[in-house]
Amino acid sequence: MQVASMHFKENAHVKLNDAGLQRNLKKIKTKFVQKRKASMVELDDFEGTRDAARAIRQRALDNLDTWLEIFERNATARGATVLFAETPADANALILEIAARHAVKKIIKSKSMVSEESALDHAIEAAGLTVVETDLGEYILQINDYEPPSHLIGPALHKSKEEVAQLFHQKHGTPMKSGIDELCLEARGELRGHYLTADMGISGGNFFVAETGSVVVVTNEGNATLTTTLPKVHVAISGIEKIVPTLEDVATLMRLLPRSATGQSISNYVDILTGPKGEGEFHGAEHMYFIVVDSGRTAVLGSDVREALRCIRCGACMNHCPVYQNIGGHSYGWVYPGPIGSILTPMYVGLENALDLPHASTMCNQCGVVCPVKIPLPDLQRKLREKEFERQLRPWQEQAGIRLWSWLALHPALYGVLSGWGVRMLRLMAGKDGMIGKLPLGGGWTDERDMPAPSGRTFRTLYRQRQKEAGR
Amino acid sequence: MRVGFFVTCLVDLMRPSIGFAALKLLETNGADVFVPAAQTCCGQPAYNSGDRADTIALARKVVAEFDDCDYLVAPSGSCSGMIKTHYGELFADDPAMRARVSKLAAKTFELTDFLANVLKVDKFPGTFAGKVTYHDSCAGLREMGVKAQPRALLATMPGVQLSEMPECETCCGFGGTFSIKFGEISARLADNKCQNIADSGADAVVLGDLGCMLNIEGRLRRRGDTTTKVLHIAEVLASEAG
Repeated sequence: MQVASMHFKENAHVKLNDAGLQRNLKKIKTKFVQKRKASMVELDDFEGTRDAARAIRQRALDNLDTWLEIFERNATARGATVLFAETPADANALILEIAARHAVKKIIKSKSMVSEESALDHAIEAAGLTVVETDLGEYILQINDYEPPSHLIGPALHKSKEEVAQLFHQKHGTPMKSGIDELCLEARGELRGHYLTADMGISGGNFFVAETGSVVVVTNEGNATLTTTLPKVHVAISGIEKIVPTLEDVATLMRLLPRSATGQSISNYVDILTGPKGEGEFHGAEHMYFIVVDSGRTAVLGSDVREALRCIRCGACMNHCPVYQNIGGHSYGWVYPGPIGSILTPMYVGLENALDLPHASTMCNQCGVVCPVKIPLPDLQRKLREKEFERQLRPWQEQAGIRLWSWLALHPALYGVLSGWGVRMLRLMAGKDGMIGKLPLGGGWTDERDMPAPSGRTFRTLYRQRQKEAGR
Repeated sequence: MRVGFFVTCLVDLMRPSIGFAALKLLETNGADVFVPAAQTCCGQPAYNSGDRADTIALARKVVAEFDDCDYLVAPSGSCSGMIKTHYGELFADDPAMRARVSKLAAKTFELTDFLANVLKVDKFPGTFAGKVTYHDSCAGLREMGVKAQPRALLATMPGVQLSEMPECETCCGFGGTFSIKFGEISARLADNKCQNIADSGADAVVLGDLGCMLNIEGRLRRRGDTTTKVLHIAEVLASEAG
């Protein structure tokens, strides 16, 4: 996917002034935040479960190479083929090779964020094959000329049902519908035929299970079940970090994933797929492939933001982020939006291509306290800020301003004199209401807000005076 | 009980009266308050801007200034949170400093937490009367566990009626330099906060952090709200003028 993260600020400006989008974003609080909160009380020990989930994911990452080998061995023993892709382009090339080997003409896909990284659908179409997205949200985006997703689990969250109705009416040439049920039925009608005529199904993978060589796919629409079992070839594509050691581990993670994501105690469908259809078995693909993608993950693993790889893609961090709630996912300019995207995007596409993202947070840590695997998101964003500062990637005025402030704070006598002058000057700039309406060099603040003026003398000055008067 | 008072740079520069209000609350309740004369900034602006070297230098300065106190108290969740929850990580490779930092962290308190849980104050000279709503600052709430304390203190004041606003735990959009780098987004968050304050029907929003205070007051006034008061909890508790 093309990277537009360097335009974060401009994008956010547009989104803040898009009345329709602002209306649609309000869904986040009722659809996700409130439901999550209600479902979490079902857990006897939420914090303990989080600790366990964190430990499971960290254990996998700490010995990722070993678990990957165990996964490969077990998946191969069950008759699947495990392929590793170093880059997004490698992943696409492998898919096209598999398609060619099995004379595939039509591919159906269930949701996969990794395939968004490599713009897989475009690669498939460029090779002259047909691809159909079957996740309802992804389908909506596909028929809208491949609009980018704006949320990890609700890719078309930014759209209202009216917009979807209009789109279906236009693209399907059907009469305009209004109810969500009717729209779902229409999409289902469009999609059903494709399941039966596709030669290959591509799914993502929420987890790769090392001990069994399985992929776990979590959905609500059942589309992944059809995608992975009806066509003769099934390809599961996901990142190397999605390994978990055991099925028991999956059980623990599944206590948190649907609850954190949609507030469901369990999603409607959980598919655990192990190997192709065996002898005497009735269901399943004849050929099963795994594509395990690196695409920058090894570099993250070797960096000081490695904890980000614990992510299980529930979307809770963005649902609870006050910045995301107000600007939506498109502002972030790449596959992964919100707090986790502010770490993954710079790591996967280059810090210099996403300079604003680690700064696009008030560090309120609402994300950190809801993360089911306890990723310290603000701390990781700060690590990236440190890298930007070291490499002098921030605007020079910003870096100089911070250094000057710190230098002054380290020289208390001079700090005292200059701050004394400063607060007196600012006091003089205030109107009768005690507010400064325009601050030179402070436009970022005063374009939108007044600056309450200082009272004119510093605490340090007044305190010294008080002590002197008291004879201390 | 020797209590080191960390006034914080924003209180020092912008609202010294809040510093004196806090001082009064501490001094009149049995604390032997010590105010290091050369104190400046805890280093958080540098820390959150990625300037690690300067952060470490400022952290060393603060640790040296407050080493020999029984407690460090600050009228801010954000600055006390910086000292208590972030200083340690700065000295991961320096065991001697890390030991000093962890000792200081253990005795670092946000003002209302200290008043409620250490000094156990239940009577205040403040005479403010009216309906207030409390804004939980992010660092106070999520780093320092400040939630019940300010409400408990306000509950001791006969004239104060607390009316909770929707989303009182949601960030006001300040975020330090975030408010300047992303002024438009920051202002939208502040707008939501202003609306929630209005919905509470309170005469005043009370809070414990200067950053939130300047942000919320600045946005309220720009929106044309000249009547809703924005008060630091120390002022409400200590000020006889209200």
